[in-house]
Amino acid sequence: MSQLLQVGEKASMRDVFGEALLNITKKDTKAVVLDGDLANSTKTDIVAKGNAAQFLQMGIAEQNMMGVAAGLASVGLQPWVCTFASFITKRALDQITVSVAQPKLNVKMIGAYSGLLTGCTGKTHQGVEDVAIMRSIPNMVVLAPADGVELIQMMEFAHQYDGPVYIRLARDEQQQIFDAETHRFELGKGLFVKEGGDLTIITTGTQTERSVEAARLLEEQGINASVLHMPSIKPLDQEAIVKAARETGAIVVAEEHNIIGGLGSAVAEILGEQYPTPMIRVGVQDRNTESGKNEELLKKYNITPADMVEKAKEVLSRKR
Amino acid sequence: MSAQLDFAEIKQLKQKAAEARRLVVETVHHAGAGHIGGPLSAIDMLVSLYFDVMNINPSDSKWEDRDRFVLSKGHSAIALYTVLAKRGYFPIEELSTFDEINSRLQAHPDMNLLPGLDMSSGSLGQGISAAVGMALGAKQLGKAFYTYCMIGDGESQEGQVWEAADIAVKYKLDNLIVLMDFNQLQQFGWDGTDGRERERPVTSPAERFKAFGWHTISANGHDFQQIIDACNEAKEVKGKPTMIIAETIKGKGVSFMENQYLWHSKIPTAEELKIASQELMAGV
Repeated sequence: MSQLLQVGEKASMRDVFGEALLNITKKDTKAVVLDGDLANSTKTDIVAKGNAAQFLQMGIAEQNMMGVAAGLASVGLQPWVCTFASFITKRALDQITVSVAQPKLNVKMIGAYSGLLTGCTGKTHQGVEDVAIMRSIPNMVVLAPADGVELIQMMEFAHQYDGPVYIRLARDEQQQIFDAETHRFELGKGLFVKEGGDLTIITTGTQTERSVEAARLLEEQGINASVLHMPSIKPLDQEAIVKAARETGAIVVAEEHNIIGGLGSAVAEILGEQYPTPMIRVGVQDRNTESGKNEELLKKYNITPADMVEKAKEVLSRKR
Repeated sequence: MSAQLDFAEIKQLKQKAAEARRLVVETVHHAGAGHIGGPLSAIDMLVSLYFDVMNINPSDSKWEDRDRFVLSKGHSAIALYTVLAKRGYFPIEELSTFDEINSRLQAHPDMNLLPGLDMSSGSLGQGISAAVGMALGAKQLGKAFYTYCMIGDGESQEGQVWEAADIAVKYKLDNLIVLMDFNQLQQFGWDGTDGRERERPVTSPAERFKAFGWHTISANGHDFQQIIDACNEAKEVKGKPTMIIAETIKGKGVSFMENQYLWHSKIPTAEELKIASQELMAGV
């Protein structure tokens, strides 16, 4: 499938995910998929149809699903637990902590429908706290791909890695950013998607596409922004963050997540300790969100490219 | 694993259980922390599993075809530790490190620290799901091992237990055998009726699990023959998991602890330890 994804093309992450997961189960009989009765939303139905023997329906019961995954992993299987980001990280949080992360069991956790753009389902189904929750758990790896190419590479990594991994996914179509031939996902490594000297936009997941657009808008106004994409939120590339701060002296962190606890917080923690630099966080401003169309949500919750341009100018005015 | 245990076999199991109980009381006294009533109600079942029922090899604790055991009521860890130590998984002397900093014997079981632990547990309701996963995993891998699990009756107030109960039946997990330590007391519980000081809610666990589609067996959780018979019966059941409702006495074996909810996690004094040890060893 990655060969079919071209830069600039539109593709939906969940379709890519379903196909890639089917491929993993076909290569490895020990990889099993656990569904919390959302297979036709998360697209694990592709596995249910293509490899039924390795698809285990766990019903609408996330706590048990996570515990079952721990048991499966303990006897040598590799469970991929798939449901919405909001449910997996909150309904099953104690199970993730005690049954999976503390014993460092080989469970892959997929938070589909992360962020705000969840198909008009509103605040109960949107996932804007998942990064904050998951990155606070010892032994947890937290990843957020920008596009389908990167997602496939991430899933390959997760398949090879022995331990808990959380991957946050988006629902809808978006533009492909990375070339499958040249892009290489690496755990703990950030990636400068664009280099510019005036400031750096640090971003992750699907917000990277919007950050690239923000950088383009800034360029029209004579401002050169770097865009540092962070597919690996934990472990996080501290070196790249400090380098960006040192070289550009102003930071905007943008994410489709609450500004509390997410990538913005993680960057602030690092800069606060290692290289204090003027910075601004773009994200949901610690408020309850709602249902609505994608463009309306991005606009109302101030995470559009235009919002990022405004914040970039604000942080530039504080640049020392 | 004869169907009918002879007098000598029963006597041996009794002896081991009495020693394990004495070690529980001694260890909790020494540590100045830990649970005591629940471990004492669970001991006879643990001794039955580790010395008779389960197919295990203490010198190869990671053997992949071994039977599995999950202590879902993880706060009874000290009971499991004493039985594992007696079975040869680690030195009995190490029990004295229970609950101490840097110890492999954590307050609740940590599978990555101590040999013989098949799963970590501690937060209630989770172990039974892991046991369901192990049994499902055995089916998925085409392996013949059995998975045993012990839950508490108090623990079964957790909704996760019933989520697990549902899925175990859906996947026809006849390789899963769960024992409920039905001691009818919990840490605090409810005001008692009919002369009881404290009590559990009225739940009728056997009827409930039966309604969920489980094979259920009621047994005296302090009678070795009954426990072992129940496990043997469970192994013969096809197409569904088995729940053994084992009626037990919280604090079993020590007169002043029996059926006293306050002994859920009270620390015995030196004098109480002495009396408890005498009572426990007098029984064998």
